[in-house]
Amino acid sequence: MSPNPSLDIAPRDVDGDRRIASSQPGRQRAVKKPRAQFTPYSLLIPASAVLAAVIGWPLVQLVIMSFQEFGRAQVFGAPSPFIGFDNYVEVLTDQSFWLVMFRSFAFAAVCVTSTMVLGTLIALLMSELGKVMRLILSIGLLLAWAMPALTATIVWGWMFDTSYGVVNYVLTRWFGLDYIGHSWLIEPLSFFFVAALIVIWGAIPFVAFTVYAGLTQVPDEVLEAAQLDGAGAVQRFRLIIFPYLRSIFLVVFILQIIWDLRVFTQIFALQGIGGIKDQTSTLGVYIYQNSLGTGEYGTGGAIAVITVIVITAISFYYVRQSVKEEEL
Amino acid sequence: MKKFILGALALVVTAFSIFPVYWMVQTSFQPNNEIIGSEVNFWPQNFTLRNYETVLFDTTRSQFMPALGNSVVVTVSTVVIALVFAFLASLAVTRFRFKSRKGFILTILIVQMIPAEAMIVSTYRVLDSWSLLNTIMGLTIVYVATVLPFTIWTLRGFVNGVPVELEEAAMIDGLSRSGAFWRITLPLLAPGLVATGVFGFIQAWNEFLLALVVNSRPEMMTLPVWLRTFQIANGTTNWSAIMAGSTLMAIPVIIFFLIVQGRMTSGLVSGAVKG
Repeated sequence: MSPNPSLDIAPRDVDGDRRIASSQPGRQRAVKKPRAQFTPYSLLIPASAVLAAVIGWPLVQLVIMSFQEFGRAQVFGAPSPFIGFDNYVEVLTDQSFWLVMFRSFAFAAVCVTSTMVLGTLIALLMSELGKVMRLILSIGLLLAWAMPALTATIVWGWMFDTSYGVVNYVLTRWFGLDYIGHSWLIEPLSFFFVAALIVIWGAIPFVAFTVYAGLTQVPDEVLEAAQLDGAGAVQRFRLIIFPYLRSIFLVVFILQIIWDLRVFTQIFALQGIGGIKDQTSTLGVYIYQNSLGTGEYGTGGAIAVITVIVITAISFYYVRQSVKEEEL
Repeated sequence: MKKFILGALALVVTAFSIFPVYWMVQTSFQPNNEIIGSEVNFWPQNFTLRNYETVLFDTTRSQFMPALGNSVVVTVSTVVIALVFAFLASLAVTRFRFKSRKGFILTILIVQMIPAEAMIVSTYRVLDSWSLLNTIMGLTIVYVATVLPFTIWTLRGFVNGVPVELEEAAMIDGLSRSGAFWRITLPLLAPGLVATGVFGFIQAWNEFLLALVVNSRPEMMTLPVWLRTFQIANGTTNWSAIMAGSTLMAIPVIIFFLIVQGRMTSGLVSGAVKG
């Protein structure tokens, strides 16, 4: 699952005319028992302090560290001299880094495409169903959505178990294929097949529900008119539904890219069940192994900074869209 | 005919969605020696609760209870602190106009996009320098920072939904500004606080990476880290106990999730589609 941490779930203020209380002194005079005037800034102190301490400060440290020689010796007190862009050069000329990058992007591309297509198809299916069937389907999707990523991965790992997994059993017994004792995780490509299955399975409900909710906002009259004019299902989707839901699609699409690029839990836990780490690490897992595993904090920091830049750049449109829609 | 095909399709999708959840639960009720035979049972033949006993009470093999305790304390503290801080911050950005207001909101949105994966090393080192590694407090602070941006952003929408006239009326009737926030706005925000709080709860409860890095000592583990440790230890020998552990960890999330999901999708779209 991933309960979406970023889309706005709150009802929005529809009439833009609702005015915000001004903090001008005139208002204050109407108050009978004036207390010490408190400013918006004091209300922001607790939140800002936590964010500055736990995200801002480490981020600064990270950037500094990425320009330093910082390994095991420095952890135990040796001086850590600044070495300019050496860490970055080392990372960017390291073939394994590019391999991991490629792997992450390829994995994300497959997952995002499948999730978007299947999620949209399921949303369209939902809008065609009767009440009862739609409720049944919704409950099924909700259960998948609610599953924590880690438990989901472990359960799928059990289903794909080499000796006693239900998948091998069904393929062998029901379909007559020879999958007795077949290991799904040892081979990188089939490892990623299983990983993608877990990620897509968990992400489809979010896409399906979001798109479905958007579909309910497309006015029926427009669709009916198009149908009368002889537009087929595909045309109706391409010419009417898609333009209506454009911003929803874009936001969901970007969120999916970010989530799938960052994927950590599924890959990490699946490696614990039986994958070969060197051949299956994606960006998140690579950072984990490279810094906490080897103690090369300098180069680990450089990789992390590059990751932050890439992800933040991709999310640029999402941030801009959120700001625009909210009419700050 | 078309209806029949669509219905069948819906059932296939539903089955695919539910199957892993079903498989987890049904395996957890089977004796371990029966799931490692050449036959696979699609329904428990000899229903048993032994796996749950193992997970919950066999303290030599499973540290479930201490992990549950850690998870509950960290998650509840996270939600309470985050809600209080977010309530204050969302009042500031909705009820006041001030210079750095836009800047603050923009920062919140950008901070939300910084991947935790990239921050683990420096988070570890910063917490270490404050002697907060392997403590409830350390993990709680990290989680508060993780859920805060989302919580502020969401609560802000709910506060916007409370008419400011109500506060003004209360102030004319003699309440102070903070009194109006406390006695008028806060009660009206209850549904919003519940929804946002539950999402914070789910995020903190499921969080795996930071917990793995920051609280790695066995007695300080949270449930996800415990589950993975337990899986590594029993991976080839006792899948039914692992499934019992997974079920226990997933249940609270599933229940909470079902409670708030309706609010989630309806609100999600109200602003996103305009036209």
